[in-house]
Amino acid sequence: MCLAIPGKVTKIYSENGIKMGKIDYSGTINTACLEYLPEIKVGQYTLVHAGFALSILNDDEVKKSLDAWEELGEIIKDIDNKS
Amino acid sequence: MKYLDEFRDPILAKKILAEIHKTVTKPWVIMEICGGQTHSIIRNGIDQVLPKEIELDHGPGCPVCVTPLEIIDKAIAIAGKPNVIFTSFGDMLRVPGSKKDLFMVKSEGGDVRAVYSPLEALTIAKNNPKKEVVFFAVGFETTAPGNAMAIHQAAKEGIANFSELVSHVLVPPAMEALLSSPENRVQGYLAAGHVCTIMGWEEYDPIAEKYQVPIVPTGFEPVDVLEGILLVVKQLEEGRYEVENQYLRSVKREGNQPAQELISKIYKITDRKWRGIGEIPQSGLSIREQYSAYDANLKFSVEDIQTNEPELCISGVILQGLKKPNECPAFGKECTPTTPLGATMVSSEGACAAYYKYQRMGK
Amino acid sequence: MKIENLSCPLPIMDHKTIQLAHGAGGQLSNDLIDTLFLPRFSNKTLNAMEDQAVLDFPGKRLSFSTDTFVVDPIFFPGGNIGELAINGTVNDVAMCGAKPLFLSVAFILEEGLPMEDLHQILISMEIAAKKAGVTIVTGDTKVVNKGSCDKIFINTTGIGVLEPDLNIASSQIKIGDKIILSGTLADHGMAVMTSRDGLSFQSRVKSDTAALNGLIDSMLKGSNNIHALRDPTRGGVATTLNEFARSSNMGISLIEENIPVKSDVKGACEILGIDPLYVANEGKLIAVVSNEDAPNILDAMKNHPLGKDAVIIGEVVSNHPGMVTMKTGLGANRIVDMPIGEQLPRIC
Repeated sequence: MCLAIPGKVTKIYSENGIKMGKIDYSGTINTACLEYLPEIKVGQYTLVHAGFALSILNDDEVKKSLDAWEELGEIIKDIDNKS
Repeated sequence: MKYLDEFRDPILAKKILAEIHKTVTKPWVIMEICGGQTHSIIRNGIDQVLPKEIELDHGPGCPVCVTPLEIIDKAIAIAGKPNVIFTSFGDMLRVPGSKKDLFMVKSEGGDVRAVYSPLEALTIAKNNPKKEVVFFAVGFETTAPGNAMAIHQAAKEGIANFSELVSHVLVPPAMEALLSSPENRVQGYLAAGHVCTIMGWEEYDPIAEKYQVPIVPTGFEPVDVLEGILLVVKQLEEGRYEVENQYLRSVKREGNQPAQELISKIYKITDRKWRGIGEIPQSGLSIREQYSAYDANLKFSVEDIQTNEPELCISGVILQGLKKPNECPAFGKECTPTTPLGATMVSSEGACAAYYKYQRMGK
Repeated sequence: MKIENLSCPLPIMDHKTIQLAHGAGGQLSNDLIDTLFLPRFSNKTLNAMEDQAVLDFPGKRLSFSTDTFVVDPIFFPGGNIGELAINGTVNDVAMCGAKPLFLSVAFILEEGLPMEDLHQILISMEIAAKKAGVTIVTGDTKVVNKGSCDKIFINTTGIGVLEPDLNIASSQIKIGDKIILSGTLADHGMAVMTSRDGLSFQSRVKSDTAALNGLIDSMLKGSNNIHALRDPTRGGVATTLNEFARSSNMGISLIEENIPVKSDVKGACEILGIDPLYVANEGKLIAVVSNEDAPNILDAMKNHPLGKDAVIIGEVVSNHPGMVTMKTGLGANRIVDMPIGEQLPRIC
């Protein structure tokens, strides 16, 4: 469970006493509640689910994962369908 | 889109797939318990390209599918009341109750609205002070923090006309229930990445240990799912059984602490019935007494609900991975996506809906 | 036969009342038409279920089409209900290769609709009609009590003229044909969805509403081998292609990597969990063309402002007749079904 989308925090503000943010998803901007990420800053990326930001996306981890795969040379061009 | 496109890269995905093909030497049964992962697998055709040794089962990871029929019938009854605005995530609107679904209630004149977030439902309550606004709080642990915040805010701002009908379920008890069943065939698990983002993965350590199954918190994009499967397969081939985190960019061992705190503040853990499976102890959430004013279950009394599961529907057995959808006698006949008998056919990532597509392609 | 002796029981249907999903352009809409409407009005022309009716008049072939517009909100980024109403019917008339000439417009206005809103809508309609080269020659207006309709509903009906030897219809689709999409998907549907009340979106997504008869003219200049045309409105490209596959009884195979979606539209779709293949477009067309002529037609489209992002997205195949499949990035094939009903924001 389930659908959470990464977006960039462009603004942080308060509404009705809770921490809110404007999140940019490739040009579409929507608001999200940032109460669960007290340390988040403008410019960071977060995962948003049903209007709530749940985690700060860790760029270092992403680089590590992707770099590890760069070293693997083998590419399969066409995988037969499993049937 | 950053953090999305990199994990949809077909070249990288194929590299990982090649690695899976190289690694696997024996048949393995792997289960994912997450509707979002099921959706990704079907959408990208992941289970079509895996080595045939790997059987990928779709477990009860779709909160839509496992919401008990009684609660759906109650939701339908509340939505039909004259002074109520019934709000829900879109996923729930087509799920059949005993007689009808929420969409039909809307067509009969009920005020039923799909919302994107529980905070939207709260705004609707503020803007309609003379109406009772009910939010159908369905979901796993991922959705609980948002739903908790809605009640927290309602209490703080004194929004008395807001309440939640709660049908929250928890993943680890379900996993244990499946693993402890004598008929269990599952040897490794992909754990739900966003559930683990909230809850961390500490609670899976004892499960991996007790049942000797590898458990890998996994993301949702094709690269994530394939990498998760690779990590499970590697462990199985090497005879290991640990919790190993694939979704490193979002999941930490301890999860999101502020979210966990608010969930515990608003909700308590209760026994919960899972549709098709039965009662699993300590597997659900309900609203604590101090917030009972926001509990739609208490606020609305609905008499004369007669709950009748369609006799033909075997979705419970399917959700446990014990039967495949095409082994159900009603599959494709009385039960199709336009005339669903159970939630696994209605939900876009229900196992039966997924199979319905493959069957017609002759797979 | 006396009319009174006709006995006509309601056909067996899955629903006893009209659901919203019956209007969404997907499976339930098709079922409603097949079960309730067609049996009552059945005739060869109607039963072909094209976007327009091609009628033989002495000396002339006419294209005739009607559509009703009920979009909410009535003003959305990139347009309003008025220009939608003009462009929508111009496009339906034009999708058989006809030259659209005349429109009728009929309005149902809700008591309390601000005059200024109506005025804006009419100005947009005037501009759209001029751009499309059509004349509004007759009309009607009704006003209903507050609550009996949602602000404004508009019906437009259009007539166009067709060259005698032109036969563009789903019956012409052949195996091996290429499928060309004229531009990016889902702009209109997401522009409308992100501007609805309750969703706190700030979106740059604009509707793509446009009259496509000029683009079709350019395409026809390039080739005689355009087999079928349709504009993928309600229910999106997935619905239109499923309709083609079913009516031609052939298979359609798409390539996921070729499907164009603007990045901000993609962002909006991701947030709501909506698949762009199922979202309405109001200024795009799908052309099913012969394999040999596909490159020429594509060039002609790319040289026209409304076709600059045109791309081949798939082809017509002999396997899985009646069904649409798509090759994913992994090389697997998934089925692209007709949607059941409306696309709703989901969390799963």
